[in-house]
Amino acid sequence: MNDLANPSRRAFLQVSAVGAGLVIGFQFAPRAARAAMLAQGPVESAAFAPNAFLRIDPDNTVVVIVKHLEMGQGVYTGLPTLVAEELDADWGQVHVESAPADVKRYANLAWGGSAQGTGGSTSMRGSWDQLRHAGATARALLIAAAAQRWNADAKGLRAERGYVIDARSNRRASFGELAALAATLPIPQDVPLKVPREWRLIGKHVPRTDTAAKVNGTAVYTIDHHLPNALTAVVARPPVFGAKLKRYDASKALAMKGVKAVVEIAQGVAVVATDFWHAWRAREALIIEWDRSAGFTASSDAIREQYRALLRQPGAVASSRGEVDAALNGAAKRIEAEFEFPYLAHAAMEPLNCVVRLDDKSCEVWAGSQSQTLDQAKAAATAGLKPEQVTIHTLLAGGSFGRHANPISDYICEAVAVAKATRSLNAPIRLCWAREDDMRGGYYRPAYVHAIAAGVDKLGRPVGWSHRIVGQSIVAGTPFAGMMKDGIDPTSVEGASNLPYAIPNLRVDLHTTSLGVPVLWWRSVGSTHTAFSTEVMIDRLAHAVGKDAVAFRLGLLKERPHHARVLKLAAQKAGWGKSLPKGHARGVAVHEAFHTFVAEVAEVSVADDGSFRIERVVCAVDCGVAVNPDIVRAQMESGIVFGLSAALYGEISFKDGIVQQSNFHDYPVLRIGDMPRIEVHIVKSSEPPTGVGEPAVPPIAPAVVNALFAATGRRIDRLPLRPMA
Amino acid sequence: MFSLTVNGKSHQVDVEPEMPLLWVLRDIIGLTGTKYACGISQCGACTVHVDGEAVRSCVMPVSAAVGKRITTIEGLSTDSSHPVQRAWIELDVPQCGYCQSGQIMAAAALLAKTPKPTDADIDRAMSGVLCRCGTYLRIRAAIKKAAGVKAV
Repeated sequence: MNDLANPSRRAFLQVSAVGAGLVIGFQFAPRAARAAMLAQGPVESAAFAPNAFLRIDPDNTVVVIVKHLEMGQGVYTGLPTLVAEELDADWGQVHVESAPADVKRYANLAWGGSAQGTGGSTSMRGSWDQLRHAGATARALLIAAAAQRWNADAKGLRAERGYVIDARSNRRASFGELAALAATLPIPQDVPLKVPREWRLIGKHVPRTDTAAKVNGTAVYTIDHHLPNALTAVVARPPVFGAKLKRYDASKALAMKGVKAVVEIAQGVAVVATDFWHAWRAREALIIEWDRSAGFTASSDAIREQYRALLRQPGAVASSRGEVDAALNGAAKRIEAEFEFPYLAHAAMEPLNCVVRLDDKSCEVWAGSQSQTLDQAKAAATAGLKPEQVTIHTLLAGGSFGRHANPISDYICEAVAVAKATRSLNAPIRLCWAREDDMRGGYYRPAYVHAIAAGVDKLGRPVGWSHRIVGQSIVAGTPFAGMMKDGIDPTSVEGASNLPYAIPNLRVDLHTTSLGVPVLWWRSVGSTHTAFSTEVMIDRLAHAVGKDAVAFRLGLLKERPHHARVLKLAAQKAGWGKSLPKGHARGVAVHEAFHTFVAEVAEVSVADDGSFRIERVVCAVDCGVAVNPDIVRAQMESGIVFGLSAALYGEISFKDGIVQQSNFHDYPVLRIGDMPRIEVHIVKSSEPPTGVGEPAVPPIAPAVVNALFAATGRRIDRLPLRPMA
Repeated sequence: MFSLTVNGKSHQVDVEPEMPLLWVLRDIIGLTGTKYACGISQCGACTVHVDGEAVRSCVMPVSAAVGKRITTIEGLSTDSSHPVQRAWIELDVPQCGYCQSGQIMAAAALLAKTPKPTDADIDRAMSGVLCRCGTYLRIRAAIKKAAGVKAV
């Protein structure tokens, strides 16, 4: 668990952070730097910290330092598993600490090593080699320490469940006993990793490290992090995006019990009080006049019409092969469809919040940070400090789904701004968004419309595919704008521009719109909409040529063995083709996201009145080596539920610029009684692991819609399926 | 000044009568296991027991809780040994975990009244507690395990 409450551990982290680089990730340190590290010796002789990810304390605790945010996806279990496997630690002795913000040691290697952060289902993929090497090298050092102590040949020793053992002399020593000596030994190079048949933890049932604290109320989320004398801030924000504060009267609020200050910050007016409820109540008493002249004024209907008009004009070409127009003109049959997708809120259970302690020379931030490097830089800029003066303590997040990876660090900067504006109070600030703030605060999955025109030849083979997408860019105008090439935001077209099906003539083009609605990545990003339009369309083609939906896809996936494998597995396990009760039908979808392949078969039942239930979902996933199969299953279940919530209910809409939803009564999500049965099947693989946090989301909506078509013959071109309005 | 009995311990709190029990527990008494997520009785993350009944503490004024036995997740057991907690651990139910105090308190209240719940009983008792991570299948299985009911 997070050991921030444990002073000895925290003290050690601070020591090692300034300790001349002993804990720098050795496998990336240049030779000279490595030599310097060794020359200086260990920072704390009793503990053994051969690299940035591992420390063995004299009490025999193996502490794995995790650089990624635990937001439910299981990194506090999956990543320590890699270290413990190669170290040969006993799982029961493994503890987890979250890494500080430090891009030198904790960059996300799957992002190219330029920033520390969690996203794009990269945590396992980017840590697979790094953390296994960290464990293996430490094991070699512990064995070398035992060899030195026993005056034995290291080759005759082995490590097992937290001990080094000399079978010949029947001697054993715990890792904790050997830690101090191991810390004095030179770090070996190129220690070999285990081969898969030697794995004891990888691919086996390993319980989560965070469950115990999450069933008894002791798990500390940022909203629970209490500092002495801390005050709570609640911010009144503009009623529409882009409006500015004109003037405000806080006299009534300031007279209320518990209120300590009302301050103006760039984002609005902050009420600072002894606790959340008193701050929130006093906010209601503020009288604020907003300047809406530059504010957002559009309504959802008008946005939709504007987007649909753009579908008639060519956009910037994201992907092209062959002669699409000629192929469509010469096709024996041509099918067209347009699809609409609403804005979506992340709606994590823990509302956005952040704790800040600020003085002239330093700033400490406690947050469920999904983007430590950027959060550190933005907090520093807001505070008027250098990034190295800002410490980020990453605590557990009560969900995030991308919302905490905001390139402008909005909620963190707000908290720092309030702390700065209330320095005279000399109190740490806990900033908390109410649910309504969170729902209306923007940074949504963008709304999109798509148009697809596809043609088949006389033999029923697809010959042309033209796919046009209209919507806002997530990365334009952010530090991630470098991802754009020739005006194309790859996150707007991913899943469409790399359509897996063998269609000789294909074009995907894009209109990137500019609207005053803040947008952001949302669990599985571009695939949230591209999987829907492509997989619903391919189903319609199959139907148009009278072919089975699975067989038709497989015929077009001969060069895509990963897609074909999960599709076949899901179909087989679902009993595809077998008869069902009256009113029941199946639908299928397959999609690759973040190098992971997922196929889902949904079975629906439709009643005479047209109401329907999702009865069963069969999911097949290929994520390379399944490091923790139970967590892979949990993430598949999780993605399916998340995708179903959006498909059934999810919609943020606007009227005259104002967000129409505010809380879970008008932005409903799936409840236990709506649950289908879910079965997850994992493809056996020896390829390096990919991510599982997101890729189960994209296929569920098209699988359900394809099943509803099979049951009713009704085409569905718009999400959500059951809009509230 | 109100006198509250929380997890068997008496607390004197000097707050307005309409202050919700949730915020008294979290911000005045310092029991942070009970969570805020919606504030309008829509999500159940704030579920606690008042005289054995599962209630949404975000909409219960503190004045209504005076003289009653309040139990929070911290008081369900001293050592995570409540059958519901044990089943939750065994099945590794939580993901992000934020809603799980509410889920566990709702499940414990259900089993106290209905020791062998049917699926319909579980749906009725648990449908008010949202989970964005989608742990519902494991919640259902863990309730059945705690009840000694065979999972279907």
